[in-house]
Amino acid sequence: MGFAKAPKDTRVVVAMSGGVDSSVTAALLHEQGYDVIGVTLQLYDYGDAIAKKGACCAGQDIYDARRVAEERDFPHYVLDYESNFREAVIDDFAESYLKGQTPIPCVRCNQTVKFRDLLDVAHDLEADCMATGHYVQRLINEEGQVSLCRAVDDTKDQSYFLFATTQEQLEFLRFPLGGWDKDITRQHAQRLGLMNADKPDSQDICFVPGGDYAKVVKKLRPEAERPGDIVHMDGRILGQHKGIIHYTIGQRRGLGIGGGHDENNDPFYVVTLEPDTNRVIVGPKEALARDVIYMKDCNWLTRGCTDISVKLRSVSKPEKATLYQKEDGSAEIHLHEPQYGIAPGQAAVCYEGTCVIGGGWITETKNKHYAQAA
Amino acid sequence: MKNTVYLDYNATTPIKPAVVELACEIMSAVGNASSVHSHGRHARKHVEGARQQVANLAGVTPGQVIFTGGATESNNAVLKHFTGKRILVSAIEHPSIRNALPDVEFIPVTPDGLLDMDAFEKMLDEGTPPALISVMMVNNETGVIQPVAEITRMAKAKHKDIFVHTDAVQAAGRIKIDFPALNVDYMSLSAHKMGGPQGVGALIAAPGAPVTKFIHGGGQEKRQRAGTENVAGIAGFGLAAELAVSDMENYQRLLPWREKLEAEIKRIAPEMKVFSQNAPRVASTTALCLAGLPAQTQLMSLDLENIAVSSGSACSSGTFKPSPILLAMGAGDEDATSTLRISMGWATEETDIDRFIEVWTKIYERACEKTKQSA
Repeated sequence: MGFAKAPKDTRVVVAMSGGVDSSVTAALLHEQGYDVIGVTLQLYDYGDAIAKKGACCAGQDIYDARRVAEERDFPHYVLDYESNFREAVIDDFAESYLKGQTPIPCVRCNQTVKFRDLLDVAHDLEADCMATGHYVQRLINEEGQVSLCRAVDDTKDQSYFLFATTQEQLEFLRFPLGGWDKDITRQHAQRLGLMNADKPDSQDICFVPGGDYAKVVKKLRPEAERPGDIVHMDGRILGQHKGIIHYTIGQRRGLGIGGGHDENNDPFYVVTLEPDTNRVIVGPKEALARDVIYMKDCNWLTRGCTDISVKLRSVSKPEKATLYQKEDGSAEIHLHEPQYGIAPGQAAVCYEGTCVIGGGWITETKNKHYAQAA
Repeated sequence: MKNTVYLDYNATTPIKPAVVELACEIMSAVGNASSVHSHGRHARKHVEGARQQVANLAGVTPGQVIFTGGATESNNAVLKHFTGKRILVSAIEHPSIRNALPDVEFIPVTPDGLLDMDAFEKMLDEGTPPALISVMMVNNETGVIQPVAEITRMAKAKHKDIFVHTDAVQAAGRIKIDFPALNVDYMSLSAHKMGGPQGVGALIAAPGAPVTKFIHGGGQEKRQRAGTENVAGIAGFGLAAELAVSDMENYQRLLPWREKLEAEIKRIAPEMKVFSQNAPRVASTTALCLAGLPAQTQLMSLDLENIAVSSGSACSSGTFKPSPILLAMGAGDEDATSTLRISMGWATEETDIDRFIEVWTKIYERACEKTKQSA
């Protein structure tokens, strides 16, 4: 952990979600003798979110985290962050869809509630560091500079979601699982006898059970679901949509306009979402090609790199690109090869080799060749 | 292990040693209180002896005492008897009153945490005459003693058919309970708030006050509440009730300690506010509010030093929520989430208070340091 004192004198706050990864993180550090304090955040009203009557206060995840702490015998607290989460994450999530964007609430949550508010609590508790169960590596170079790098297990790497971590936060954070693959974590969970050892990984956004994000957006912003026209890039009206919140850039299925756009019957894709006119613009796949990306609210762990690779969504591979960092917190990325279906609201996360140099939120994209704004 | 300091008696009290001993002894003997044989008779004797002891605590006859699984059950049983009728309860009741039925009406309280008698009178005068009033004797978060006798007098003078219930859980052992003098019709008690075991309580009903059968089955508790009696628990409750009466004078020793605590904290942090400081309070409880110093941080830091206090009623299952009681008293969200409840009891010693002050001061100074740095 990098402290010049005994583990028992080193206080570690572990952010526990109730999942296997953070449970193993906490239990292992405790086993190693650290002064571990588990903290779980109550982020939303579980009864409300899962629309189940009578579900009070704590959801299953909070229960699991608490049980692990009880069994392993270290202190554990549940903190109520409902209002912070609502303001910093959920409202932003709904707002983003209304603007025709595709948000990533998990990054917002890491950026605000977890690494700002919870970190603050860790400082209040006089912790030496805060550990999480994220699969990323925190490496220190010869000059003592701390960097954030991809996990050893490529399939588990979560560096994309942590691009907004600041240098100061990074110095205080620890990610003990980043050097492992998930199998090792599971083995430790078994060995430690954690009651959630076999719990499946979470797939959904935590406050969107079942993945029905449109339902959540509608509940928050009832005016969000306004029907409108599905329009071809050439101006022809092809059909009606149920509200732009139901669409994402690059989407092909579920447009309900049938048929293709040419003799080969090639499918239509969502090319642009226009919140002002409430229109969904569709076109052929080629129209999605983009090679220039504009970003805002960037966070940089390293400055001055230009030759980078960039990830444009959590599941996509890094692509070679040239980065232009600007003083006002914005940046521009020129991709070596055009990419398809880049959605504003997602993050563009830049890497030099395996290390995160930072990233920002995608605001706009362009295709140099057609010089066509999107 | 550092010395532990327990200052959360309003959540639950440590069980008095004599009670532990008695309950253990009874647990090791076989016997169902409903059985005809000698084992059954022995068990029954413990239950009935306890009924007398609990009756003595409240100044009633044993026939008025129904044992329950705790005050939540007692509170629920009374309110549910009046389902569909107009029910007025104070805005600072325990959740087992506030949430017992969906349509109870709340009587406001003053900023000092006392029932707002003018508002109460207005509610009695307007609309359908209420069937039931429920106002607690002592509030769990502020320690405020409500004027129950006066409330009953006003209610019954206006509507002779009205019934009055009082949740006396936080009064038992702290102040004298005189059921007939209060002129109430129902009262709830809980063993674990007076040095007895958890999971046992009582419902006391005035002669002629109706009680709906609330658990169906066998003929226990005069057919009102079926189920094999928790004999060891009930016997422990009985002894705890007896001791609550005999130890009550001893309870006053807490008052100077509380005064010292409030004065010391105010000296260290002059901006500190004590809720209900000007209202009549039991000697054991104080609600300290330092706006901007979140109770959750204080509570965790204190816990890590082995000092147990609370940030309000423990109903929200270990999470931190603004206290609905303080909100009802007109406190803002920040005040309500920045309030610590310290509650003392039979085993509290003055050194506990000294230790609390010592550790709390460190937490406070650290918070001040941080504010200075970020300023």
